[in-house]
Amino acid sequence: MKNIYMDYNATTPVRPEVLEEMLPFYTQHFGNPSSVHWAGRAVKGAIEKAREQVAALINCSPAEVVFTSCGSEGDNFALKGTVDALKEKGNHIITTSVEHPAVLETCEYLEKQGCEVTYLPVDKEGMLDLAALEAAITDRTILISVMWANNETGNIFPIEEIGAIARKYKVRFHTDSVQAIGRIPVDVQKANVDLAVISGHKLGAAKGVGAMYIRRGTRMTQFMHGGHQERHRRAGTHNVAGIVGLGKACEIAMQRMDEDMPRIQQLRDRLEKGILESIPEVKLNGHPQRRLPNTLNVSFAYIEGESILLNFDMKGIAASSGSACTSGSLEPSHVMCAMCVDVVLAHSSTRFSLGPDNSDEDVDFILRELPPIVQRLREMSPLYNSDARMSCSQCKVVRRA
Amino acid sequence: MKEDAAYVWRPPFVCLPGKNTTRARRTSGECGRGREIVAKDQKGAIVKKQRVVVAMSGGVDSSVTAALLLEQGYEVIGMTMQIWDYAGYTATHDDSFGSCCSLDDVQDARRVAESLDIPFYVVNFEKDFQSRVIDRFCEDYFSGRTPNPCVLCNQTLKFELLMRRALELEADYLATGHYAQIVEDDGRYFLTKGLDSAKDQSYFLFTLSQQQMAHTLFPLGGMSKPEVRALAARFDLRVAEKPESQDICFVPDGDYVRFLEEQRGSDQLNGEIVHVSGEVLGHHRGIYRYTVGQRRGLGIGWTAPLFVVGIDVENRRVIVGEKEHLSRSSLTVFDCNWSIATPDQPFECRCRIRYRHQEVAARILPGENGEVHVEFAQPQAGITPGQAAVFYDGDRVLGGGWIR
Repeated sequence: MKNIYMDYNATTPVRPEVLEEMLPFYTQHFGNPSSVHWAGRAVKGAIEKAREQVAALINCSPAEVVFTSCGSEGDNFALKGTVDALKEKGNHIITTSVEHPAVLETCEYLEKQGCEVTYLPVDKEGMLDLAALEAAITDRTILISVMWANNETGNIFPIEEIGAIARKYKVRFHTDSVQAIGRIPVDVQKANVDLAVISGHKLGAAKGVGAMYIRRGTRMTQFMHGGHQERHRRAGTHNVAGIVGLGKACEIAMQRMDEDMPRIQQLRDRLEKGILESIPEVKLNGHPQRRLPNTLNVSFAYIEGESILLNFDMKGIAASSGSACTSGSLEPSHVMCAMCVDVVLAHSSTRFSLGPDNSDEDVDFILRELPPIVQRLREMSPLYNSDARMSCSQCKVVRRA
Repeated sequence: MKEDAAYVWRPPFVCLPGKNTTRARRTSGECGRGREIVAKDQKGAIVKKQRVVVAMSGGVDSSVTAALLLEQGYEVIGMTMQIWDYAGYTATHDDSFGSCCSLDDVQDARRVAESLDIPFYVVNFEKDFQSRVIDRFCEDYFSGRTPNPCVLCNQTLKFELLMRRALELEADYLATGHYAQIVEDDGRYFLTKGLDSAKDQSYFLFTLSQQQMAHTLFPLGGMSKPEVRALAARFDLRVAEKPESQDICFVPDGDYVRFLEEQRGSDQLNGEIVHVSGEVLGHHRGIYRYTVGQRRGLGIGWTAPLFVVGIDVENRRVIVGEKEHLSRSSLTVFDCNWSIATPDQPFECRCRIRYRHQEVAARILPGENGEVHVEFAQPQAGITPGQAAVFYDGDRVLGGGWIR
């Protein structure tokens, strides 16, 4: 059985060129970059090269890049570090109801510590009302945190406009840019971003490595104590091979984005069109245009996403429902709920996220296998032909607006 | 229990009578009897295997079930129901790290499935478990009944939601590690006792419908526990030495009172402890702390040992009495499920009124609305509202229902 992978928003394979760069740093160049001797020196340079490669991709200075272990670490650091550093100034955070749990749950934690958090709602297409964002700013507001692109729908938020608002009110601006980097151009200077987060494994580097952009002059507390690494911001011996790989992956993303992404988008569009045309009662989730070129999120009425995924898996197709971090949970995704997707449809949301290794054959295979699976599951569904439709008010996950 | 419109059991189209169920079939250890497990073409190449989803709990029984069916030639898929997240529960309470025994069990199941090289899925039924099992568990205790969550879990989760997941994957059967058997007789399916009388679990499965039994395998039904342990060793399963699970899975420490108070709050339904004679003997801190038949923990001195003989919900009274007051000669059962045609005439059978109860001679008198009246030949001690009464003819389960 051929395996088809269409879950690139969950994680990506390490690119062969990236792996090749990484391998010598496990054996030959094993030194600790903090050491003064030859073994350390050889490695230190590699880390600084990677820092330059990351900086080039997002258009910042290498000194503004801090290496971390993952995207969630970056989001935690951005929020908690800001709250710590700016506690004299205020305690109010503005974010959205569709953030990744790394941001949402950190916000909930900070609320328990005495912060006030405004969770901005989104419309039915998952987009923000910038007037509402602006209106939410008070003199106690210390941070705006809005993701660059949504992991479930692929929606791209107007980061430059939000950056302009943040600048106007002199509020710090953090963006969870994990899904955007490597897929669409990300320019942190142009967007007036102060903090941004990168996850290695979303763009062809290894798991367990990430990076943060911290604009020069942004006051933060030290996140990990215990050493002088990363300018005292994040202690801990460097994950050298991972960092080298992240640098290489950023370099490749920069070179290939213009070539890869149109091709991936073409595949995504063909899959989208095929599904919408061949299956009745399907809903596209997210904004029809302002979306990552690789992401497609659709709901098949009357079916649970979990059922589709298990049936897909039996056919060798890897897709996802909700984000990987929450799948396995029967709660409808918080993103779908925030978008006021009918709760029945919210349960059935299925995400295809494509990558450079996908082909026309993959799309053909899915378009061939999907309709009979949907049909069969619908015939077995207690909701099919039933009047028992639930309304959005039953969606308990929408916590606040 | 609240009726959830989304989850009314509807027979999936694959198991309509007459379709796929025409041939006589399997029961116990020899699964697939009378039906080809593996379909081969003329050259002897395998073209299709019967597909079974095994409900894997991470314990010895369900692990052996999976290994056994795989050995017999089935295409086996493992599934574990995640029903109760101890870690999440603790975390929401005091934001600290909790122990998570249930997650350990899921990981055990996953590792067994890996070693057998079968697909394995965790399906999340936490919300359903809460609404269909835990809420009813609490409701029963607060209404003076003693619930049986294992029967409810089988009825509403395992053989409904999990079976639906299985059928959605085009499985022919759902298999579990229960010690019970299914026989087909004259076009009807009957649940019968497991061969190992010490382990027989037919009592917990009385709610199984004809359609559910048509799609169920109990491969361990014809085995004893030592045989199953030996098989676990032969299959070299990592859980071979794992101890039996005890108590109620979501109350691992057995302190169900603490659990109820965490769910519903404490200091309610307080009242008097009253002797059958009418004399008030003391006070209690909630009727949910008491079970009919209970002797310990009453905290009352009396000339003879006292037992809880009844709970008066309306007046929040716990009624106590001497041993002879415990015995009753009849009871009423509601929400009956029958494997035989629904009876309309009285008949004799044997009746079991709790899991560890040797069934006794009884006469069944059909009533209205799915209720029956049960009259015992000898008065029975400890007839407990909320438990199941299951009717047997020899080893065969005829039907059962809930004691009012």
